[in-house]
Amino acid sequence: MTYSIFSVVTNAFAGQKLWRPAWRDATPKPAYDVVIVGGGGHGLATAYYLAKVHGIRNVAVVEKGWIGSGNAGRNTTIIRSNYLLPGNIPFYEWSMKLWEGLEQELNYNAMVSQRSVLNLYHSDAQRDAYARRGNAMRLHGVDAELIDREQVRSMLPFLDFDNARFPIKGGLLQKRGGTARHDAVVWGYARAADRLGVDIVQNCEVTGFLRDGDRITGVETTQGPIRAAKVGISVAGSSSRVAALAGLRLPIESHVLQAFVSEGIKPLIPGVVTFGAGHFYISQSDKGGLVFGGDIDGYNSYAQRGNLAVVEDVCEGGMALMPAIGRMRILRSWGGIVDMSMDGSPIIDRSPLDGLYLNAGWCYGGFKATPAAGWCFAHTIARDEPHEFSAAYRLDRFVTGHLIDEKGVGAQPNLH
Amino acid sequence: MRIPCPYCGSRDVQEFSYLGDANLRRPDHEAPEAAFHDYVYLRDNPAGPHRELWYHGSGCRNWLVVTRNTVTHDIAGARFAKEPT
Repeated sequence: MTYSIFSVVTNAFAGQKLWRPAWRDATPKPAYDVVIVGGGGHGLATAYYLAKVHGIRNVAVVEKGWIGSGNAGRNTTIIRSNYLLPGNIPFYEWSMKLWEGLEQELNYNAMVSQRSVLNLYHSDAQRDAYARRGNAMRLHGVDAELIDREQVRSMLPFLDFDNARFPIKGGLLQKRGGTARHDAVVWGYARAADRLGVDIVQNCEVTGFLRDGDRITGVETTQGPIRAAKVGISVAGSSSRVAALAGLRLPIESHVLQAFVSEGIKPLIPGVVTFGAGHFYISQSDKGGLVFGGDIDGYNSYAQRGNLAVVEDVCEGGMALMPAIGRMRILRSWGGIVDMSMDGSPIIDRSPLDGLYLNAGWCYGGFKATPAAGWCFAHTIARDEPHEFSAAYRLDRFVTGHLIDEKGVGAQPNLH
Repeated sequence: MRIPCPYCGSRDVQEFSYLGDANLRRPDHEAPEAAFHDYVYLRDNPAGPHRELWYHGSGCRNWLVVTRNTVTHDIAGARFAKEPT
């Protein structure tokens, strides 16, 4: 059923009995053209674009838990394309353009809200760095505005502008940035992919790969073997573990990233705001809770929970930026396991094994990339060549030295 | 998380800085480039016991090798990195 005002009205008169499950809970067939490992936003988007753009509909998405139970359900829902480096900007801008048309495309309300993303600067040097970033964005056709202190004050009068250590001097504003509803993105892609014939197989963990020499020919799962001409891995957070099943070592460490939600309050923060002197970002959900986060904990972890040192650090960042939130209570916090890559940028590429494709290394920026990652990964799988927007995200860039290091900190994953 | 520093005793993780996998060994300077690529970029990244380097910067300033489970955060032990294994 296509969702519209008519379906709502029809169901209202029919006692809400005409609704059908948004996707089939499929049992796996013996073989597919493509199997995608990982039923998160990226995996489901990949399956959707394989079917929609490339006409490959004999596709299964296998997920060890329920779809969206990993990082797709553990992020802070921010979407933006305010990157600096040439390999990154076209990719993230394509993602932003897909976000802008996503709800019409999927016939699903993903609650994409372009409420703006503002990165604050606190010194002259940081202003210059943001001016450079803004110029790089504008040269690529991305919207960016460098605004001064008084313009920030008119948007966010409650910030601590005269903080003795980190006074706020202005910010780099991307008005098209904002937030989306993370679960709805997963469900929307799942429903749209399912309608094109994609099988979504939940509670189906990959335990090994079927191979014929150096060629991957399918996956072993807890629901039995599934043969496939091509297998795509899209399991950020666990990429090393799944790749290890195929005998691959990756330039990735798994780290835990925490996020927090406060109790609900009346509308306070209009868009997404980031603190430039520490690592702290915050927005307000439509329910009223403040959604915020900061640094990763900084040590290898698969635990999906972090430690108090980072909780304290994040809250200190929040207090330095907006002391008004000091009396609020944190309602929930959680941790997600992120693929920290060696240069802070992702990998969308063929693997060294024929028939095996890799979408990994998203650090803590995978959510905003969901549509474009699916788009480009589907292209790579379908055509055996990189998409122009993800051509820089090669696995062998660590061999050739073509790193994409936005922060310039080198091969130290916990600093990206 | 608390780390049992062999010099200072059990201390909060906030006193330490993390470097990473303690099993990595720098290749000989005449080793092929591929060996340096492995050393600099590739990681086992295990889910389970992990030997890792921590620096007790707010304490005794020793480098430690800590054996920690990455799934549970349980720490099995810590010793000075300068001690021979």
